[in-house]
Amino acid sequence: MGCGTSVATETQLKKLETEEAVRTPGLALTIKAAVLIQRWYRRYMARLEMRRRYTWNIFQSIEYAGEQDQLQLSSFFSFMLDNFTQLSGNGPDLISQLLNPVVDPWLDREICYTLIPVPDSYTGPRISFPLCVSDTNALLSAFKEQQILHARYVLQLLFEAKKLLKQMPNIIHLSTSYTKDITICGDLHGHLDDLLLIFYKNGLPSAETPYVFNGDFVDRGKKSVEVVIILFAYFLLYPDYMHLNRGNHEDHIMNLRYGFTKEVMQKYKNHGREILQLFQDVFSLLPIATVIDGKVLIVHGGISDQTDLDFLSSIERHKVKSALRFPRHSLEQLDIGQSCRHVKRMRSVDSSCSSSRSYSKNQGTPGQRKRRCKLKRDDSAVSTSSSSSSSSSSVCSPHTPSSQSLRPCPSSPSLPCKVLQVPYLDSLSSVPLPSPPQHEQEWKQIVDILWSDPKTQEGCSPNSFRGGGCYFGPDVTQRLLLQHGLQMLIRSHECKQEGYEFCHGGKVITIFSASNYYEEGSNRGAYIKLGRELVPRFYQYQVSRITRKLTLTQRIRAAEGSALRALKEKLFAHRSELMANFQQRDPNNTGTVSVCEWAQVLECVLRLDLPWRTLRPHLARLASDGSVEYQSCFEDMEPGAPLPKVAPNLAETLFRYRTDIEIIFNIIDKDHSGKKKAL
Amino acid sequence: MAETSETADIQRKIRAAFHVFDHKADNTVDVREVSTIIYSLGCFPTKADIHRFVDEVEEDNMGYVHLDKFLPVMTKVLLENKFPPIPEENLLQAFEVLDKERRGYMEPQELAKYMKSEGETFSQEEMNEMLTALVDEKKNLICYKELISQLTLDLDT
Repeated sequence: MGCGTSVATETQLKKLETEEAVRTPGLALTIKAAVLIQRWYRRYMARLEMRRRYTWNIFQSIEYAGEQDQLQLSSFFSFMLDNFTQLSGNGPDLISQLLNPVVDPWLDREICYTLIPVPDSYTGPRISFPLCVSDTNALLSAFKEQQILHARYVLQLLFEAKKLLKQMPNIIHLSTSYTKDITICGDLHGHLDDLLLIFYKNGLPSAETPYVFNGDFVDRGKKSVEVVIILFAYFLLYPDYMHLNRGNHEDHIMNLRYGFTKEVMQKYKNHGREILQLFQDVFSLLPIATVIDGKVLIVHGGISDQTDLDFLSSIERHKVKSALRFPRHSLEQLDIGQSCRHVKRMRSVDSSCSSSRSYSKNQGTPGQRKRRCKLKRDDSAVSTSSSSSSSSSSVCSPHTPSSQSLRPCPSSPSLPCKVLQVPYLDSLSSVPLPSPPQHEQEWKQIVDILWSDPKTQEGCSPNSFRGGGCYFGPDVTQRLLLQHGLQMLIRSHECKQEGYEFCHGGKVITIFSASNYYEEGSNRGAYIKLGRELVPRFYQYQVSRITRKLTLTQRIRAAEGSALRALKEKLFAHRSELMANFQQRDPNNTGTVSVCEWAQVLECVLRLDLPWRTLRPHLARLASDGSVEYQSCFEDMEPGAPLPKVAPNLAETLFRYRTDIEIIFNIIDKDHSGKKKAL
Repeated sequence: MAETSETADIQRKIRAAFHVFDHKADNTVDVREVSTIIYSLGCFPTKADIHRFVDEVEEDNMGYVHLDKFLPVMTKVLLENKFPPIPEENLLQAFEVLDKERRGYMEPQELAKYMKSEGETFSQEEMNEMLTALVDEKKNLICYKELISQLTLDLDT
């Protein structure tokens, strides 16, 4: 009993309770507080995601716009090549060497590399043929140590690879029954670290670990040479377990712009030319597709509504050296006068075609109608039937007058091909000329395989974003899969944040293996493992150059900064045109335009599909009345290259074409002494 | 809805935000992006608010939202300021409610406990991300007072 004690305890308890009540807020309040914090944090993350997303858009737009510009460069080169066969006047020069599909027969002979001595002082890896595992191991170790493989071995490697590739069919058929899981990797783009990481995680290529590498081994990254040497070495070592598909960057003209040519010239100087020539051949000999168990098709880009796998199996794939060069024709067809007349005729056909399709039905006599639309139908008659409507017909129809229909069809004003609007420096010229249907078919089928992208809507339309191949819809996929008894299409060609992505109801997989492609932290890389049940399993990774873990905010900020700098460079490069447009909309010379007009001008001049309004705070200042001070777009610019005080237009033009100019200098500067870089 | 210039302005903003997630340029976005878009337009909806919003605009459980449905609903939200922002002081108070002793900081496990069990709970993934973002590495603490002003600044730069 003890009433006193119990009372005391009660009071104590009560005291405790009150104290607790003071310290612990009511449950309702806690919940409220929690919800508030959660709401705030979720919004914070969403804002970050928004920034990450448009940063991504910026990188992608600029990347693809750059690829379109590529056509310009090759137009220029082809023009030079066709009209000035020898630049230096004494012997074939590098340009014709690089662009002329005819390879120096010297390189087909074994002597080409045996005569190159490897000095005793050379400390790099020494390999012997036929290759064995110790050779490939030596290459891996050497490249990890930043060593360079001697030119003699590179040439020998390429020579052997070329011999082996010649024996391979266009489409490789693999089976999972005799092997363990097959590993499929996407674009590497010279990212050696990613390749080494894949080998580390997944195992080196072997009978137990067969691989398919789906193209784009080179360009953009700094170690394209090392990546492609390793891949070819394993290919020679295990031709049954190491399979390489061609990508759109296994193309000597793409290499001119996107870094592989430069890397080879820098690393190999005197032997660079021969090495590049052999690469040109080897690249065009790479198979264009792989099929697993007759059910899974693997190609680099995608397909079109005209993709014909049987036809593709039968062609001579090596004849299509580059997506950007049409097979050469005889000199007679290069008569520029003739093409000018064609141009004039084309322009008038254009205008009548442009008025509308239905118009052509009713106007003129049948004869006239036929003639007027003849050229149009000619080029769309490339392939078979009515299904060609969407993919070829846009070449003639000027539905996008301001944006060039940049198909990597013929590459120069003087080089013959079907109708095309070719951007040539700053203007457009139409170039129509007939060409043998057979060659064009082969070329188109291969370009479609290497350059196309999937889209969500049905149908098949030309890929204007890239300037080559098509956008193919789920119906196109379905039709092709059905036609050939296939189950799935695996392709690469597009960078994905998680390294892979499904589309077309799970029937198409994009696999991309270069992590941090745009910027440190921009994306993961991934590879697929496919076993007998043909259910893909994905493995992701991300190479990190720094040991300290960056927070998401820091990573996004870094990527954003990089993207915005690239974007500002674009603004600067088009300054005159932009200013002219701004001033047009600012008759009273206030120095401002509305946000809406500002966005319109940018979209129109730069032709980049970006959320300009969202980006505005990073690009331009607002005046007190909420309008944009358009001059501020061009401030805070550090272009990198010193721009001397020359006439503003010249500086701008130089800056805009700086990549092209650099490439030209790289070529002219044969010994790569860099002395001509006085710019 | 009468087309005033304010409405037109708002609609332009909505379209621009929508556009960022419209990857295939066909005026649709994945339904999972809707919350991000709403947040980026300056709103602070709760999860329940978002569920209600999505129910109104999602295309028949197809997993995507078309701009035609999104635009009017979002315009209304903005015009009526349905999901107003959280003032900094309220946020500070919220943290102080959870940080009973008002130390000015919290231990990661403490905050995690609340975030995962109270209110509109976080998933483990969200929790991990939040901890990475908010925890001061050296002290292994969440110093919320500094964080609030820092992070708010971050958003607007």
